[in-house]
Amino acid sequence: MDVLAGPPAIVLDKVNKWYGAMHVLRDVSLTVTEKERVVVCGPSGSGKSTMIRCINRLETHQEGRIIVDGTELTDDLRALDTIRREVGMVFQSFNLFPHLTILENCTLAPIWVRKMPKAEAEALAMSYLERVKIPEQARKYPGQLSGGQQQRVAIARALCMQPKIMLFDEPTSALDPEMIKEVLDTMIGLADTGMTMVCVTHEMGFARQVAHRVVFMDRGEIVESGPPGELFENPRTDRLKLFLSQILRGH
Amino acid sequence: MSEATLHIPTAVRTQTAIASLGPVAWARANLLGSWWSTAVTLLLGYIILRVIVGVVEWGLIHAIWTVPYSANGIADTLVCQAAKGTGACWAVLVDKYRLILFGRYPYAEQWRPAIVVLLFVGLYIVSGLRRFWRKELLLVWIVVLAAIGVLMWGGVFGLSEVTEDNWGGLPITLILATFGAAFSFPLAVLVALGRRATKLPAVKILCVLYVEIIRGVPLIAVLFMASVMFPLFMPAGVNVDKLLRAQIAFILFAGAYLAEVVRGGLQALPPGQAEAADALGLSYWQKTGFIILPQALRLVIPPLVNTFIGFFKDTSLVLIIGIFDLLTMGKVALSDPPWQGFSTEVYLGLASVYIAFCFAMSKYSRGLERDLNRSRAR
Repeated sequence: MDVLAGPPAIVLDKVNKWYGAMHVLRDVSLTVTEKERVVVCGPSGSGKSTMIRCINRLETHQEGRIIVDGTELTDDLRALDTIRREVGMVFQSFNLFPHLTILENCTLAPIWVRKMPKAEAEALAMSYLERVKIPEQARKYPGQLSGGQQQRVAIARALCMQPKIMLFDEPTSALDPEMIKEVLDTMIGLADTGMTMVCVTHEMGFARQVAHRVVFMDRGEIVESGPPGELFENPRTDRLKLFLSQILRGH
Repeated sequence: MSEATLHIPTAVRTQTAIASLGPVAWARANLLGSWWSTAVTLLLGYIILRVIVGVVEWGLIHAIWTVPYSANGIADTLVCQAAKGTGACWAVLVDKYRLILFGRYPYAEQWRPAIVVLLFVGLYIVSGLRRFWRKELLLVWIVVLAAIGVLMWGGVFGLSEVTEDNWGGLPITLILATFGAAFSFPLAVLVALGRRATKLPAVKILCVLYVEIIRGVPLIAVLFMASVMFPLFMPAGVNVDKLLRAQIAFILFAGAYLAEVVRGGLQALPPGQAEAADALGLSYWQKTGFIILPQALRLVIPPLVNTFIGFFKDTSLVLIIGIFDLLTMGKVALSDPPWQGFSTEVYLGLASVYIAFCFAMSKYSRGLERDLNRSRAR
């Protein structure tokens, strides 16, 4: 697959971040073009989650620039609101709101952030719940659903804001093995719609199938990046070789 | 134990035990199992029986409900004095209940505080029912509280004016508790949020100082400050009423304690909830109002109600600054010469009023917890 040519959706330019004395992101530079699907992998503690969380400023970076959808992330709250409206996020631990029904989970942000009329928001939510194949659960509470179903609701909830970019932070890591596929299938379906996606995951099969580009991170820096076939077949660095051997042994 | 029983599998034995579990079998197993436990059962049974018989005899059978009055209206308590120790003299409550409940409010006008008490109770019931939980409820509160003000003060609609100095008894207790809860709770939520506002250091320091200073001082000291020191700081001529000062002291005091309870709930929430709300683009107040507080407050219903019950009873401390709440009125009633010495009956009567309100609160909180946590059940 060729890397798409188009305007950049996300630009990270020499981003640095420290937790106290710990240097967690080192000169991370990455450009994601529109409609591009990037998979980020790497050992735990490599900074991949931190990097993806910097993109919608759940974490703040200390040096460098992050430009999302043409807006630079700064302390300016209005810019941040603009970006968060256009960037959806799916978490490892789902983070559905347990006191709201599935439907309310999906309509809350469109109603209050997008100022959408309630009926319209509910119709939209139902259409996305159908797309993730659980419209019949709309009136239930998150606690009544399985992990896989909850994660699919979380994807639908993010999509209800009709974002331009979707971020996935290890979406299948907290799932039982038999539920991973249903979530990955949902994500593959989303990829087919041409959504710009950045996905932190260890699912190499998924990476091969949908990613235009795989980025390998280790110890806070981007070590290698390239099309999945190339990167997995011909790793150039020892770090990636080691990582791949560990991943493959585990599977 | 014989060999035969030893060989019965445990499951079967448990089943037989359950099958034969009638009241008699249960008593035999648990109360009369051995010589020692039979002795304890008999002893405790005897003590319990004696206490029950004693209470019934004292409180009902030998109790005196009315006493004759002399020509000038003074109660003749000779019968009660004679029955002292053997029978309760409920006549003291019959004679004094209006003084205890409504204090020195003009006798002919006491229907007004009576309605006020009913309005308060009605307000609690309506506020407690979840089907009335909408914006209009705030309006109901404002209207009812205004009606209560009109009834207590009077001076309009042909009602004679009654100043706060003549208020007393149960309305005072309910006013202090209700306004205290209604204002201290929102204050507490704001303070708890402020204490966690890491991006606003000034707000945070202010909230920490407020909580730590108020918590570090006894309630009685706060009440004294409100009653004695506060007027010294006011410009000459400005006179804030004593009851209002006590009320403010209560709100500030309860607010500090409630704030810590609310903060506990905020800390118990997984950070992922706030992150998900942020990622969806919700503003701070939307996030707080829709996601954080509904969950955090649910978690702390038991300690919240605990604190509310505590403060309901603490309203009785206003007696030290000369406000006549329910408990104080009981003392006043007992100072009437013919009734001196019947404190047991009066205090039992007062206790039953406090217990009624506190029990209703705790019962309601348990139901609320069950209902609200239904969504968490799998």
